[in-house]
Amino acid sequence: MLGRRYRPQTFGLELLMIGVGLLFLYPIYVLVNLSFKNPQEISEASLSLPSTLETSNYSQAWSGASLGAAMVNSTIITALSLVALIAVGSFASYYLARAKSRLSYGMYILFLLGIILPFQLALVPLYKVMKDTGLLGSYASMILFYTGLQMPFTIFLYTGFLRALPREYGEAALVDGATHLQSFTRITFPLLRPITGTVIILNAVFVWNDFVTPLVYLGGTPNETIPVVVYQFVGQYVSNWGYIFAAVVLASLPILVVFLLLQRYVIKGFASGLKG
Amino acid sequence: MSTTAPPREVAGAAAAAGTARRRRRSGPVGAPAIWFAVPAMAIYAFIVLYPSLAGAFYAFTDWTGIGSFKWVGLENFKSLFSDEQSLGALRNTILLTVFIVIVQNAVGLALAIGVHTRIKSRYVLRTIFFAPAVLSSIVIAFLWKYMFNPQPDAGINALLGFFGLDFLQQNWLGDPSVALWAIGLTVVWQFAGYSMVIFLAALQGIPKELEEAAAIDGAGRYARFRHIVLPLIAPAMTINLTLSTIGGLKLFDQVFAITGGGPGYSTETLSTLIYKQAFVFGQYGYSTAVALVLAILVSALALVQMRYLQSREVTY
Repeated sequence: MLGRRYRPQTFGLELLMIGVGLLFLYPIYVLVNLSFKNPQEISEASLSLPSTLETSNYSQAWSGASLGAAMVNSTIITALSLVALIAVGSFASYYLARAKSRLSYGMYILFLLGIILPFQLALVPLYKVMKDTGLLGSYASMILFYTGLQMPFTIFLYTGFLRALPREYGEAALVDGATHLQSFTRITFPLLRPITGTVIILNAVFVWNDFVTPLVYLGGTPNETIPVVVYQFVGQYVSNWGYIFAAVVLASLPILVVFLLLQRYVIKGFASGLKG
Repeated sequence: MSTTAPPREVAGAAAAAGTARRRRRSGPVGAPAIWFAVPAMAIYAFIVLYPSLAGAFYAFTDWTGIGSFKWVGLENFKSLFSDEQSLGALRNTILLTVFIVIVQNAVGLALAIGVHTRIKSRYVLRTIFFAPAVLSSIVIAFLWKYMFNPQPDAGINALLGFFGLDFLQQNWLGDPSVALWAIGLTVVWQFAGYSMVIFLAALQGIPKELEEAAAIDGAGRYARFRHIVLPLIAPAMTINLTLSTIGGLKLFDQVFAITGGGPGYSTETLSTLIYKQAFVFGQYGYSTAVALVLAILVSALALVQMRYLQSREVTY
């Protein structure tokens, strides 16, 4: 909006925006700074850098919160939920986008309803169902949960993309005698790659960070995910901020690294995904 | 089924419009069978549809999770709308949502306008502003719990002191009239970058010629923003307002970790109330009644907002 050239007023804006950026980074500075301080220095609450690096905070957080095991749990649950969402969701969308019947339209609307409906309404009854079926505490309970919960959004993305995709590619195979299953898996699904990327990014961030359901389903089992173990760890070391912040840093690192590596795709996914 | 189809499909693209439309409707090949959608619908019904319907039913019972329950009609809703704690939760949820919707989107739009320029730091800044949105809300909340430390030389208070704004220093989480806004601030910090990227995508889609033409015609910076930019980013505005409204109404993690609803009930929201009534007090029936109120609130607001905002969108 400031035109095509770098002018003095652009420089002024540059300084202003960098200032805002530093303001946004201030909590991160406090976080990393305190994670290396000992309790004595933390109680002095000053903003100065730590006099010595208290790395024992990190070893305590890593082992005390069983973060290693939690990362494995989070990775398994996120990966398998994504596989199920992509396979089942793209399959269903193929029907919803290609079949022009009242039934397919009705099903699509029913799926869309799930995007708005807050999950809180299903929270307690589903907990009961999971308990009665003996699934509570297992990976399966969480994978099933995320596959169902994120299905509406996944179908919304896939169906929108499929409707805009020229159908001639898939139809050519059908005319040559392929079944819909063959045409979809060999021709159409590979063409969905851009939207599959968006589906992966948006669902992965959601599943990886989700808190209340894993707390209720997995709490107290060895299958706890990262947000749950951090929550338990904080409950144990109420105001030992050195420990807590070391745990916060360690818990945030995996997704932060992935974000920084793939940021172009992640930002694009978040910015465009919701338009379908 | 299609092995005997004549090779007219080859010329399909060049066919007359009428032929093309007929082909699209019936197709040379049948539509995919419904079983493509069955697994998705089965899982969705098991995880979302059935439990939601069950929840709507339990809202009218005195279910405690164990043993039998009986139908109590509107009893749960009567106590919900007469109980100070529940009414407070409803009020807090609405206040917090209004705060988040306004501040998060105002900041998001300002940031988007700021980085949609020729400044050299625009890519780095975009990354910094957006990064908190990919982090775990519960983990972020613990960081902010410390930031709201009442000590004058820690967290937000230290920052205010640094800028000579000592008079703004607060006992953020200890003061019932401030704690709710502290939670709102956390959410704004986490998600303003999310609003920003949606606004930014819309800004980048505005043809440069449009603004230049207006500038040549003598439109000032404000006039161009008001009459060209703002109408053209209306779809992004719809998405952002709807997303932040739904997110604000459902907010749980941040409240749960930062204040747990306190001090007193001053930051209790519908979501924390639903959780507590179910998993702390075992009042499943009452909990689902609160959840039903939340569900109606979210659905109604989201639909009304989308309708209204979409009716204001324009295309040039």
